[in-house]
Amino acid sequence: MTNLRLLTIGGLISYRALFGWLNPFSYVITILIPSLTQLAFFVYLGRTAHVADDAYYVAGNALVAAAAPSLFGMAQTVAGERYTHTLSLLVVSPASRIAVFFGRSLPATINGIVVSVWTLAIAALMFGIHVPAHALAPLASTIVVTAFSCVGIGLFNASLGLRWRETAVIGNLILYVLLIFAGVNVPLSRLPGWMSTLAQGLPVTHGANAARQLIGGASLGHVLPLIGAEALVGAVYVVIGLSTISLFELEARRGATLEVA
Amino acid sequence: MAVTDQRALNLPIVRTVSLARVVLFGLGLHFKMLSRSPFDMFVVVASPLIFATLAYFLFQNGQGQSLLVAALASGVMGIWSTTTAQGAGALQTQRRLGILELLVASPTPFWAVVLPISVAISAIGVYSLAIGLVYVRVFYGVAITIHEWIAFAVSIPVAIGAIGCLGFLFASVLVRYRSAFMLGNVFEWPVWMISGLLIPVAVLPGWLQPVSWLFAPTWGMRALRHSTLGTGSAWTDVAVCIALSLAYLVAGTLALRFFLRSARARATLALT
Repeated sequence: MTNLRLLTIGGLISYRALFGWLNPFSYVITILIPSLTQLAFFVYLGRTAHVADDAYYVAGNALVAAAAPSLFGMAQTVAGERYTHTLSLLVVSPASRIAVFFGRSLPATINGIVVSVWTLAIAALMFGIHVPAHALAPLASTIVVTAFSCVGIGLFNASLGLRWRETAVIGNLILYVLLIFAGVNVPLSRLPGWMSTLAQGLPVTHGANAARQLIGGASLGHVLPLIGAEALVGAVYVVIGLSTISLFELEARRGATLEVA
Repeated sequence: MAVTDQRALNLPIVRTVSLARVVLFGLGLHFKMLSRSPFDMFVVVASPLIFATLAYFLFQNGQGQSLLVAALASGVMGIWSTTTAQGAGALQTQRRLGILELLVASPTPFWAVVLPISVAISAIGVYSLAIGLVYVRVFYGVAITIHEWIAFAVSIPVAIGAIGCLGFLFASVLVRYRSAFMLGNVFEWPVWMISGLLIPVAVLPGWLQPVSWLFAPTWGMRALRHSTLGTGSAWTDVAVCIALSLAYLVAGTLALRFFLRSARARATLALT
């Protein structure tokens, strides 16, 4: 019961704190507008390069829009604690780390879903992308799974925050890797073999592919393996993230480097 | 004797030299400080690498000069990125450090304190340009051939200065907002998009073109492109950059005066 309370209420409070005083204006200018402007940039870049149609970039960037709040939101769960000098208190508490950090990942997942849906909906209107009615429910499932997958890598980013102070740098680096490697803006067929192979193990790659096929008229059954692969990638990152949180916490306690990392 | 000294200090030439010294010293100091910031260095190093790589894979049939221009564009993106990421929130940083009120209360005009910070933030973007060029040369074998070296060499500091002055305007307008940092970030992608960096303006909706003329990166990139390829007069673009810089400076100074007076009257400088 305690763990359930930590997981739900603790996670919610932690996430609300990210947006200081619950100001919706901060949310709009930090998350909703940049996700759209980023997408528009890549749509026009794609039109310049004549590599793929608008739907390719709209689907890919709407899905990767879930990554930014997950990466930075999760990293802030550690960086924010350090900033307010409460990280040591968190680490010495007997609370289950899985409940604490997994709880903090739930609002990030929901946020990722909201941002993805918002970006996809507005961008579809802006660029005249037709989404078939039968694709809406499978598309929603794809977004949910991709948001979960992004939070998986966000957990890993949070764990790095226990070891390195510059979480924003690491988060940006991961985001840039996704923009190039995950087939969001450059089709995997145009990347060298090692890059497209690496992409198979990254969040968003399979989700974006599934979303594109669904927008193109494919059925749920057709894209189910892709959604499954995205879920698997996400689960692997969640396990890696929780493991590295334990590892880096242990290392920080041993070296007394929690506040100085 | 003391009265004579005071009169000497008030001479326009003495004041000008004194202000120039403050601005140049501040520029050097902040440039060195920013060059040691992991976050700022990441922004200026990563931007050219990421966007030059994207350009390479997207424009695979474009060779040589188009990749060279893409490298320059990626460099300008880095300059703009650091300006939006840090420039708009420059005064918030001083507030966070607890020295904003001291700086405002000092006898030095406040614009002379803020301007070097803003220009230094853009100036570290010079790393972006250098890294972009070295990257395409080393990894993609692009020859660095510049059609007009003098115009190119002049374009770089003028473009950086103009973008820095725009950062100064942002910082001045946003001095009363704690969320200045976030507000600045809103401009990152749109200006990358409309300034003709990697995306030709012709691809964009027509109404966006006049909007792009208001932003220094548009003219800075044009100056770099024209001096590199020899496809037009870079000197015209340099002149527009200088004119825009002056406009940003005047607007920024007026905005700073207005918002500071308002903040001081309400005693909200540290609290806004």
